[in-house]
Amino acid sequence: MMVCQCKKGTCAAAGSGLDLAPVAEIVAQYGKEPGSLITVLQKTQDIYGYLPAAALSLISTETGIRLAKIMGVASFYTQFRLKPVGKYLIMLCQGTACHVNGSKDIEAAIEEELQIHDGETTADNLFTLNNVACLGCCSLAPVMMINGETYGRLTGAKAKEILRELRKKEEAEGVE
Amino acid sequence: MEIRVGMGSCGMAAGAKKTWDTLSELCQGKANISLLQVGCNGMCFAEPLVEVIDGDGKSYLYGRVDEKAAAEIFAQHITDGIVLEKYLVSEEELAFLTKQTRIALRNCGIIDPENIEHYVARGGYAGLKKALSFADKSEIIEMVKTAGLRGRGGAGFPTWFKWQAAKNSRGDEKYIVCNADEGDPGAFMDRSLLEGDPHTVIEGMIIAGVAIGAREGIFYVRAEYPVAIKRLEIAIRQAEEAGFLGEHILGTDFSFSLRIKAGAGAFVCGEETALLASLEGERGMPRLKPPFPAERGYWQKPSNINNVETYANVPWILANGGEAYAAMGTEKSKGTKVFALAGKIKRGGLVEVPMGITLRQVVFDIGGGIQGDKAIKGVQMGGPSGGCIPESLLDTPIDYDSIMKTGAIMGSGGMIVMDETTCMVNMAQFFMDFTQKESCGKCTHCRIGTTRMLEILERIVTGDGKEGDIELLEELASAIKDGALCGLGNSAPNPVLSTIRYFREEYEAHIQAKTCPAKQCKDLLTYEIKQDKCTGCTLCALKCPVNAISGEKKQPHMINQDVCTKCGNCYTVCRFGAVEVK
Repeated sequence: MMVCQCKKGTCAAAGSGLDLAPVAEIVAQYGKEPGSLITVLQKTQDIYGYLPAAALSLISTETGIRLAKIMGVASFYTQFRLKPVGKYLIMLCQGTACHVNGSKDIEAAIEEELQIHDGETTADNLFTLNNVACLGCCSLAPVMMINGETYGRLTGAKAKEILRELRKKEEAEGVE
Repeated sequence: MEIRVGMGSCGMAAGAKKTWDTLSELCQGKANISLLQVGCNGMCFAEPLVEVIDGDGKSYLYGRVDEKAAAEIFAQHITDGIVLEKYLVSEEELAFLTKQTRIALRNCGIIDPENIEHYVARGGYAGLKKALSFADKSEIIEMVKTAGLRGRGGAGFPTWFKWQAAKNSRGDEKYIVCNADEGDPGAFMDRSLLEGDPHTVIEGMIIAGVAIGAREGIFYVRAEYPVAIKRLEIAIRQAEEAGFLGEHILGTDFSFSLRIKAGAGAFVCGEETALLASLEGERGMPRLKPPFPAERGYWQKPSNINNVETYANVPWILANGGEAYAAMGTEKSKGTKVFALAGKIKRGGLVEVPMGITLRQVVFDIGGGIQGDKAIKGVQMGGPSGGCIPESLLDTPIDYDSIMKTGAIMGSGGMIVMDETTCMVNMAQFFMDFTQKESCGKCTHCRIGTTRMLEILERIVTGDGKEGDIELLEELASAIKDGALCGLGNSAPNPVLSTIRYFREEYEAHIQAKTCPAKQCKDLLTYEIKQDKCTGCTLCALKCPVNAISGEKKQPHMINQDVCTKCGNCYTVCRFGAVEVK
């Protein structure tokens, strides 16, 4: 396990307990090519589900790109998250077609069911709610995507039921 | 016998994966049946779709096919040859397809996008062969010029002109870039094209490469489109294996390679200089033009950037000639345009029509009109950079210039239909909220101006609008248009301006009378129980989250307006139509 890259114990990775070995591999594979910073950040987020500060520090030392610039890019694009997400990431479409067809009501239903707002994660780390611009399934509006699976023609009740099913599945697995 | 299952993202969202699993299990070991996964044929409203083509070549299109229907269709139609009328897409619904002219979408829903042989069998890569056969490669640009093809990303810039500029630029190293960062929230043409027929876009890019002398092409695709990215990867690999990509393409001196870069989510990256910055791993912020990308683009090298649909038209133009393409459309807008029809429409989906047909034809003849036969209020075109076209102008022909005159823009093809229950001030606020968040922050007018406009719109929809707010919005809008550098900023005020232009009375109702005519803005609504209709069933009182409803059982109930949060639960649950919204 790679804990501290700066070897002085002062970098962000020190004591974080995060295994940063995959980040070094990503940088070795993609980081050499100029202009690959976004790709490196995407691959890093694929592993951790977000961009841990320690990983960004490591990317900075390995590539020589200043940390400020990396933060600048990471905070510019909506895809990147600087906080961990729950096991299930709910991407609720707020595109025009979904808006016209009542996505705000779906948001209210999810908020009521999970007691979280946009960008927040439930206390049990199971669900994170993220509003997104458009999932491109406009004729099935309103739509949400959970961990890559798309659910269309939603109603508030249907959205709640989907979340309850997922929670039930988790609880069943927890018992086993 | 051939069975095609529509497996675009939209189809899968409607449950096509289960339909596919059912059919593939049933078809196992049946040598005479070929089961294909195809892209979306555009009839998103009837998904999941299954098309059965029998031995004589006759086609039967089944709609809304879930697992149960799939099993039935297999047992009856596929095994015994009995057509299942009840699942067939009706004649009326088929008009959605038959009234279209499909050039860019010519293969979508027909071929397996993961099989290059299907594309080639339908004339694929013939355009490239022709392009390579020209002794003088400038003939390619001539053909595109004759075709009159204009940029399908929204601005409508002549494609040949861009190509010519990139060709004329000095340097051996040039790039072809495909803008597949479909950012308009409410548009899905590019996704569907890439998922349904990736090779046509690839072929278009290779032809552009031949025309301007580029050796490398890059797809900039939204990361939110995983299926499109996967199918593109497969298609690029197959094109390489077939010798359409790589060194010495089809035995000529021409070499060309393609790669994919996933975007990271920023609307402004639809602007070409911002897109280039993003490709170089930077924050996607636009820069001043000139120099145009055709002179100094990716890594300061001459680059040509076109949208997915623009490239998708190119192979057809090469194969059929520029004149054939120019024969469709109007004098200044040639060919066809793909639209993503959504919103309060009966039959939403992907539509490709010749330029010049009217909005009314698209909405009513193809889209079947409004859900629940409500009254249409207007059509929003061009997304956050466009505007709302009111019902009175629905006979406007669809071409770049006529649409521009209405205050909207052609845009990339998002067409959102709105009915009487859509509040236009709320729509303006929705788009302003979007552009305000997506403003990159470089220009003060855009960064601060959109924020101020949003604040004003927010106070109007919550009942705090003041006299003079409309004029203030107009003043800010003109300052932003003048002071912003890029297309996002210049066009950000459009949705507000066009709604003020056509629906000023709705703004005035919000500001002066503090009412929302469409009954959408919650803060301006009052829920009341009609005493003569209420049966005292107590359901509304049970469902009220704040206990604002009181009344004895079997006696008319009342809403305490001081407590009511206007959530609308009572209105939704009442079975007697006793709850009234004012």
